[in-house]
Amino acid sequence: MADPAPYSREDDAVQPPLSFADFKASVVRAPTKPLIRVPHTLTEVTGPSGEGVWEKLMGGAVIDLTRQHSGTPIGERIVVSGRVVDENDRPVPGVMLEILQANAAGRYVHQYDQHQAPLDPNFTGAGRVVTDANGNYRIITIKPAPYPWYNQRNAWRPAHIHFSLTGSAFANRLVTQMYFPGDPLFPLDAIANAAPQAYRDRLVARFDMETAEPFWALGYRFDFVLRGRNATPVEN
Amino acid sequence: MGGQTPWQTTGPFFHFGLPWSGCADLTGDTTLGARPDLVQPGHGYGVVENPTGRNAVSGTRIEIAGHVWDNKGVPIIDGLIEIWQANAAGRYAHPEDARNDIALDPHFIGFGRCALDQAGGFHFRTIKPGAVPGPGNTLQAPHIAFGLVGPGFLKRLVTRIYFPEARAENAEDPILGIVPDNRRSTLVAVKDPAQSNLYRFDIRLGGDAETVFFDI
Repeated sequence: MADPAPYSREDDAVQPPLSFADFKASVVRAPTKPLIRVPHTLTEVTGPSGEGVWEKLMGGAVIDLTRQHSGTPIGERIVVSGRVVDENDRPVPGVMLEILQANAAGRYVHQYDQHQAPLDPNFTGAGRVVTDANGNYRIITIKPAPYPWYNQRNAWRPAHIHFSLTGSAFANRLVTQMYFPGDPLFPLDAIANAAPQAYRDRLVARFDMETAEPFWALGYRFDFVLRGRNATPVEN
Repeated sequence: MGGQTPWQTTGPFFHFGLPWSGCADLTGDTTLGARPDLVQPGHGYGVVENPTGRNAVSGTRIEIAGHVWDNKGVPIIDGLIEIWQANAAGRYAHPEDARNDIALDPHFIGFGRCALDQAGGFHFRTIKPGAVPGPGNTLQAPHIAFGLVGPGFLKRLVTRIYFPEARAENAEDPILGIVPDNRRSTLVAVKDPAQSNLYRFDIRLGGDAETVFFDI
């Protein structure tokens, strides 16, 4: 059979290094030897695919994080929506987009989160949705708060939402974080700063009144660009 | 638009959000892989059991267990491993693997996750994959793709596991062939002496036996 069309490589100008001194935890969690570059085989260009595959694996979508419990969570309700495309601006449908975030006080439901901020019995902060045929997604949540962490002295994370994107290829996986416009903590954040300066703003959502819903929720737009690929398979 | 979105680390609390009940058992036979112990009471979610039918997947049941250590030799207790593999006959459940002469298994997807435990350990149940095509009409030895993410990982680390009994196939594998001889053994699992279907596969980010990681 023909070799599969490869995906483009990670863009080193855009992507963070594996080890970034200011982000202390990264230093011991990077390999000491260089990565070995390998071609993209059938293994790298395939992944979970087909109608309903994510539901089979994980269960149904959880798109409204404000309605997972009997009451309403405390906090500023927001809609976050956007599009997942590749580097050729083609929509990427069928991507499992998972989100995780702290609550409006900056606390996660994780047992090991020791931040002295209240849990919200009505907010878990985890959701998932599969991108539609046009690569679109939409979730409803509350705006998370900053929280302190162990890095430099008096380190606080800017408000952020974690996103995990798993598509139908092993090669185009993406884990990232979405930040909010105008956050004074953003330029101080060692994790955000691990992304090269010129491209860091790609991590900041756009405040968007078109996404906002009157008398109900403000809105943010956040698009993702995954690695693209050449269209033509290589014939042997 | 046009440029890639930069990666960011998962943060310390993400690995509990990504696993689901049974996520580390690709055969669907057990609930291996869930971490309800990590979540505050009343906040569990995503509990799906038996997604593809219990005892329905074809192939030789195997288990893969190991530990992950950072480049100072400290266990990584808060990371997440993802695996992706072909079915027992060597076909991926994906439209780009269009070899219709090799049967798909309707019960097998081939994707799994496992959150590392308090000792840095992981444990998957799956079936042994078949060989799959490689570049230029070569054949790839049976293998499973591994991805590792977690707090402190600014990007995913990617590696592969191969099987020790497939000596002849491993010797011809086009990807192993790119790896320097003296590091190839880091990609080959070791059979557990006490349990015949259990493979041991440790992942080290440093030291003399540092695992090979791939740039894909």
